[in-house]
Formats: sequence, structure tokens, C-alpha cells
Amino acid sequence: MPKPGKMYNAMKAFIVGGSVGVIGQLLIDVFTKWLDIPEKEANTYMIIVLVFFASLFTAMGFFDNFVSWARAGLIVPITGFAHAMTSASLEYKREGLITGIGSNIFKISGSVILYGVVAAYVFGIIRYLLFGG
Amino acid sequence: MIYVYSFLFAGFVCLIGQIILDNTKLTPGHVTSIFVVVGAALDVFSIYDKIVEWAGGGALVPITSFGHLLMHGALEKAHEHSILGLSMGMFDLTATGIISAIVIAFFLTLIFKPKH
Repeated sequence: MPKPGKMYNAMKAFIVGGSVGVIGQLLIDVFTKWLDIPEKEANTYMIIVLVFFASLFTAMGFFDNFVSWARAGLIVPITGFAHAMTSASLEYKREGLITGIGSNIFKISGSVILYGVVAAYVFGIIRYLLFGG
Repeated sequence: MIYVYSFLFAGFVCLIGQIILDNTKLTPGHVTSIFVVVGAALDVFSIYDKIVEWAGGGALVPITSFGHLLMHGALEKAHEHSILGLSMGMFDLTATGIISAIVIAFFLTLIFKPKH
């Protein structure tokens, strides 16, 4: 049996993460049905809106508390990517534009891009060879 | 119904992430990196495509969809330009997300003061 604390954490992550998913779908519907934006573009606008608010709330200083409360519920969605980026660049701001912000903005989010690209390349080749694309 | 599926799928992915965080020594960086790789892997047999059809926004929000979109962009270009296309198209679908995140993070950093 998992400890009650872990059960509580898992429930929090499930509910918060699920809610972010619902917000995402809600935004897509607003963009496609009310603003007549094509679906593919609507998906991208949805990501941009989530990234914007996660970054803004991080910069304003209170998103850190949300993240340490909801943990995976906010880390696994795209909000976590934006939070990682903005908090890293803010943290190193005092070290300057190049050695501070420039060198550290991808500190945490960089590994997502690195392993995403390498994995997509390898699996892409596999799929290309198996199915021709 | 798509809202229910969105909630269930996004919640489920986060739940797995939390279970990994609570029961192993892996950090959030590990979890997100693993999930991106899983997202790309699920696209070898077009599984993630079906999840997106089914769960809509709930499938696009978790970081797994980043791996899926990298794969898709790469394969779309690979149709026209064979293996070289993989590199040409890799960022086609994810570029807007990454670039917005970079630009937004940069300007917010200039405007706001760090907490400590």
C-alpha cells in the first residue's frame, strides 16, 4: 500500500493536471468556434496562451508556490516547460545578459528539447524505414 | 465528452509523473525528459495520434505531445525529402511553442525582479 501522503500527492497531480487539460480543450474550442481559427492554429494558440500565463505567473513570483503544491500536475503540462525556463532565467538575471540569462535559460528545459529531438530522430528513422513515413 | 477525456488523459499523465517523483530519486527534469521520449515512441505506430483524436486538448497539454509533434514535423518533411527531411521538419510544429516560450521568458525576465 502506498503511504497516504503519496496518495494525496497523486490525487493533487491528477486533479490539477486534468484541469490544465480541460483548460487547454476549452481554449481550443473558444479559438475554433468563437474566433473561427483553423484547428491546427488553434492548438498552437492554446499552447502559447498557457506558456504566457505560466511564465507571467512565474515572473510575478507566485507560480513557484503553485508548482511546489501541485508538483507533477503543473510540471508535466507545458506550463512546467514555461515555468522552468522563466524561473531559470530570472534566477540568473543578476549574473548578466550573456553569462546569466543566456547561459542558463535552458538549464532545465534544455534536456526536454535535447532528448525530444534525439528520440524523435531515432524513432523517426525507425518509422521511416518501417512505414516510409 | 471531450472535456471528460481531456481531464482523464491529462490527469492520468500527471498522476504517473507524480508517482515517479514520489517513489524514485528522479527529478522533474528526468520525468519531463522521459515523457517527451515516450510521446515520440508512441508515435512510431501512430498511437499518440489516436490519443489526440480522443482526448483533444488533454493530449496536447502534457509534455508527451511535444515529442509527438517533433516526430510529426520530421516525418511530414521526410515524405518529400527522405531522411534529410527528418532534420528539416523536426521543429516545424513545435517552433511556435518553443519560440514563444523563449521570447516571453526573456522579456519577462527583463521586466520583473527575481524573488531572492
